[in-house]
Amino acid sequence: MDLSKAFEHDEKILLKPIQEANRNFYITVGLLSLIVGWGFYAYFQQFQNGLGVTGLNRPVYWGFYITNFVFFIGISHAGTLISAILRIAQAEWRRAITRSAEVITVMVILFGVASILMDLGRPDRIINIIKFGRFQSPLLWDVTSITIYLTGSTVYLYLPLIPDIAIMRDKTKKRKWLYTVLALGWEGTPKQWHRLELAISVMAILVIPVAVSVHTVVSFVFAMTVQPMWHSAIFGPYFVVGAIYSGIAALIVAMALIRWVYKLDDYLKDIHFTNLGILLFVFTLLWTYFTFAEYLTTFYGAEPTHMAVFWSKFNGEYKYEFWGMVVCCLVIPGIILSNRKLRTIKGSVFASLAITVGMWLERFIIVVPTLANPRLPYERGVYHPTWVELSLLAGCFAFFILLYVLFTKFFPIVSIWEIAEGRKHAVAEVAGRVKTYLPDTYGEMHGVVVSGQEEKTILKDIQQ
Amino acid sequence: MAKWGMVIDLDKCSACQACVVACQAENNIPNSNPESAAKGRNIHWLEMIPFIEEEYPNTQMKLVPRPCMHCEHPPCIKVCPVGATQISSEGIVGQINARCIGCRYCTAACPYTVKSFNWFKPQWAKGMERALNPDVTVRYNGVVEKCTFCHHRLQKAKDKARYEGRELGPDDYIPACVQTCPSEAMYFGDLDNPKSKVAILARSRRAFQLLEDLGTHPKVIYLNEGV
Ligand code: SF4
Ligand code: SF4
Repeated sequence: MDLSKAFEHDEKILLKPIQEANRNFYITVGLLSLIVGWGFYAYFQQFQNGLGVTGLNRPVYWGFYITNFVFFIGISHAGTLISAILRIAQAEWRRAITRSAEVITVMVILFGVASILMDLGRPDRIINIIKFGRFQSPLLWDVTSITIYLTGSTVYLYLPLIPDIAIMRDKTKKRKWLYTVLALGWEGTPKQWHRLELAISVMAILVIPVAVSVHTVVSFVFAMTVQPMWHSAIFGPYFVVGAIYSGIAALIVAMALIRWVYKLDDYLKDIHFTNLGILLFVFTLLWTYFTFAEYLTTFYGAEPTHMAVFWSKFNGEYKYEFWGMVVCCLVIPGIILSNRKLRTIKGSVFASLAITVGMWLERFIIVVPTLANPRLPYERGVYHPTWVELSLLAGCFAFFILLYVLFTKFFPIVSIWEIAEGRKHAVAEVAGRVKTYLPDTYGEMHGVVVSGQEEKTILKDIQQ
Repeated sequence: MAKWGMVIDLDKCSACQACVVACQAENNIPNSNPESAAKGRNIHWLEMIPFIEEEYPNTQMKLVPRPCMHCEHPPCIKVCPVGATQISSEGIVGQINARCIGCRYCTAACPYTVKSFNWFKPQWAKGMERALNPDVTVRYNGVVEKCTFCHHRLQKAKDKARYEGRELGPDDYIPACVQTCPSEAMYFGDLDNPKSKVAILARSRRAFQLLEDLGTHPKVIYLNEGV
């Protein structure tokens, strides 16, 4: 049978990264671990001496750490949210990319949480959040929402992993005990399949509002205060759009790397990058629209306290960051993604890298200038990060990549069973679905049965 | 119930900064040094901030002593995730140093930027640790602090009045800054008592508050001719 050969081929290719590790892998892990180690050293310095080792001051009480927090939580919207939407929309091209997207979410949230912990003056008292937690504070909304999101995304990553873990339990020799435990006794009986599919679709639906809520409440941390250019009703949706925007960009970069390193050109195909590129372009426009609305409202209202912040971004201390953001989030992706010729894999990866940088700058440009220009105009702060903050940023990135790399060594980064299912059912299913979209034919209306031969030609036509 | 408030008469204030020094000494505020000053990290519970009006050569400058406003509706309290900053029934906004996790959300939310953070362990010039005020806890690395209207003095005054078997009188409780001011530009008392000095002054034509339009209802009221 053709199909079973294809399955074998899929399994062989997709399990390969797990079974063998070459020198490059060890070098990568080694380098990343070094950076992570350096990050730990930097944090240890801060823990010992106090937050004074950072560049923070009065009135710029928040800097890199809060920027990183918003940024990382934003990136996390790549995975679970996009994968859930694609699943619910039954977008067939999702099959090869959902896993790599979901992993980003779970891994990157950890660093969002870590960034908050790094920002605390007294991380040793973190338990007070539970002991004395007050729901009046937007920070507690964050704690709640992010905890739910992390739990939900982990479950949502784990459920579709079960059949693949079972494959590894049966087919590989390494770490058998681990896979046996994690497979939860999966046998692939129809009852189990039915339950799994039900669970996945329930989770997909649940996870969407949670994801939206996460970045909304992250924005509320700023919007709920009365500070100039934070106190804005648009912040919730603006942050969510920005989050998905940076998330898709991160996903494209991750996919390109996976494709290049593990030579999965057959699985992560050009069409995936094209489709994600188009989605990314939609978000470029959306993000631009929100940014424009936000800044124009401030400018036109021209309240002095708001304008102080506005001008510090436009042509003041933060002009490089601001215009850098405009170039990275609007100009570069706008040119590349709107042009079919430039929207190649290389092109969209370049645009995505620019967006990742640009969205980090966007978060920075939201957090710092407002604090540096408080309402009483007698305190003006300048903020320059120190080596500690830079090291911790590098450390977070390196740790994230390290976890991601390790994940690909433990579990298949492209879902084996979903590809198999795609090969087995999807083509016929989609054909059937398309048929239901079309107006009924004369024969069906009059009770004349369409012959098997005719049906086949119709399906063939549709497939072409 | 009393509502403690302060009135500062800018027309009388000579900007001598005696109040600032009194506050530093009373409340065990760590000594600053040139490096921390350059970084903008000095801790001040009460600070002189310059109001500069008009362009040169018509410049008018006023130095305004600015403590915590002890807002009736304090934006700082709303945002604290652990309730480490709270308003008492007598209107004093306090800090619970032992509970604060140092997230600096309150500092970011205070529209008057009056809160300070302990970036490092507190330090004093040699010998000065032995001159600390025993009534006020020394804060440590990583927590937020600010003016408490010398709340410890209120507690002491109450204890004393109870011991002497009488009611708290109008002069029993005043913060260190008010007590020190040589030009007698600062007043302190119960804003809820319409006959108290502060309440009368607060109704003066010269009275104004900082950022009144934010609806925070500061309980520090300034007096200045021509506003
Ligand atoms: S002035 Fe600032 S710190 Fe003081 S009560 Fe008002 S908001 Fe809180
Ligand atoms: S810094 Fe302390 S007092 Fe301020 S909001 Fe955070 S926990 Fe509360």
